[in-house]
Amino acid sequence: MATKVEEIYMENSIAVEEQMWRKGRRRQQLKHMLTVASPVCLLVLWEVLSRTNIIDARFFPPPTEIIGTFFKMAASGDLFNHLGISLYRIIGGFLLGVIPAILLGLIMGMYRPVRYFFQPLVMALMPIPTLALMPIILIIFGISDFSKMITIAGSVFFPVVINTAAGVANIDGIYLDVAKNYGAKSKDFFFKIALPGALPVMLEGIQMGQAIALLTIVAAEMMGAHSGIGYLIWTSYKAFLLQQMYVGLILISFFGYFFSLLLRMLQKVLIPWKK
Amino acid sequence: MSEAPKIQINHLTKIYFKKHKAVTALKDINLSINDGEFVCLLGPSGCGKTTLLRILAGLEKPSAGEFHIRRTSKDRPLQSMIFQEKGVIPWLTVEENVAFGLKMRHMPKTTIKQQTDYYLEKVGLKEFRKLYPSEISGGMKQRVSIARAFANDPEILLMDEPFAALDEQNKFILQEELLTIWSETKKTVLFITHSIDEALLLSDRIVLMSTQPGQIVREKMIDVPRPRKVEAIRSNPEMEKEFVDIWEHLQTAVEKARQS
Ligand SMILES: Nc1ncnc2c1ncn2[C@@H]1O[C@H](COP(=O)(O)OP(=O)(O)O)[C@@H](O)[C@H]1O
Ligand SMILES: [Mg+2]
Repeated sequence: MATKVEEIYMENSIAVEEQMWRKGRRRQQLKHMLTVASPVCLLVLWEVLSRTNIIDARFFPPPTEIIGTFFKMAASGDLFNHLGISLYRIIGGFLLGVIPAILLGLIMGMYRPVRYFFQPLVMALMPIPTLALMPIILIIFGISDFSKMITIAGSVFFPVVINTAAGVANIDGIYLDVAKNYGAKSKDFFFKIALPGALPVMLEGIQMGQAIALLTIVAAEMMGAHSGIGYLIWTSYKAFLLQQMYVGLILISFFGYFFSLLLRMLQKVLIPWKK
Repeated sequence: MSEAPKIQINHLTKIYFKKHKAVTALKDINLSINDGEFVCLLGPSGCGKTTLLRILAGLEKPSAGEFHIRRTSKDRPLQSMIFQEKGVIPWLTVEENVAFGLKMRHMPKTTIKQQTDYYLEKVGLKEFRKLYPSEISGGMKQRVSIARAFANDPEILLMDEPFAALDEQNKFILQEELLTIWSETKKTVLFITHSIDEALLLSDRIVLMSTQPGQIVREKMIDVPRPRKVEAIRSNPEMEKEFVDIWEHLQTAVEKARQS
């Protein structure tokens, strides 16, 4: 009879665990719902307040109208031109800043003298907003796409270089000992120890750089450009076409979200050893 | 004993100098270890065991004195170290960790594959070869460390308390596994521990050290026949006597260090 009792116990245990699992899943679903709920609530509130004229519909046009404007602008094809050119500048500028930053950061992290030499330069130049240098950049490179890329690159460079150097410098000493003891020479050391060891911190720097790139592109296109999302926002504002301005703003916010997701995915692929 | 010793250490001294204060980590160490011998270096913590091993591993330079490791083949690395826990590289898989030394020496691909497979099998990690260290247990990580060192096929093996962080049961299992693998290769091993039991089980010879300054104070031959088992060593009355003897010795060494 003992087996009978045991069986009942077993079944009960499974039932208990199953219930817990269901509860956990419900909680997870609630969490997802809440994450979606906050922007939806904001939009609904905005819509209602704007329609009832509690807030000034001239400054805050109802979201449904903004969406309507978006489709109108999209239909004319104009929007995609602006979007495409901005994307081109963002990606170009981002790479122009990130690639040298990674290289310099790795070398700074690996070789102490290089670090001591460049550290004060990086620290001194970092607080200068690249946007403040925009007039000079425009004089040198003209109102070209390249001048925007340079501006973005200048802002992206610093967080990435600092994080990369810190990432290498903070690799646990025991891995350096292992590498040395097992005969790793400079090239292998670079690719098997320094680069992967620095990767997690480096990617956080790149994530920061991406956010800064978006902030920079809008401002840069407001100042010296004849196209792009920033230009669209600025001209719409000056012409008091606030609905069009909001379309530009929302697109930028969407870009930010999209790039973050992309980098998050990249992180999963590049750092498979971190769970 | 006509052959020259595998490891010869002469008058090795290491002093750490910091802020006008000199700490003598090792004082006039003289030791010769024969080919195929398993020697345990036993002493209280802080007596300079790790320092001595790191010097032999080429990770630190002695302040005075010298050492020599006899080479039999120029393709062979002089030594490989099994580090105190955490020695496996987190961004390499189990397999890549085991192959690490061979890859760094740019051995032919087939040799790497052969050696890696052989030692993965030996330590029972064949099914786990694609996993990362974060996905395996502490005992398995030390198995990776052991496999990596043996796969590298060095002249001598250096081990720095490789089982210190493991629980008792895992420790016993790994100690016996290490002896099994070692008995096949008969490599010369210098093994550091602060555990008397561990030293009695593993070694042909125990070298006792005292602290402040780190010195060799005594040597003991352990001639219990191999293969050895944990239970057999535990129940051996001879070994009990040795245990008490070493224990008393370490006690007095620690007392002396406290008084000075
Ligand atoms: N890098 C170092 N700088 C200064 N002192 C050190 C250093 N490494 C070890 N020591 C000192 O040398 C002595 C021996 O240390 P260690 O070899 O780690 O001992 P053990 O491994 O036997 O515990 C200790 O007193 C320790 O503080
Ligand atoms: Mg130690």
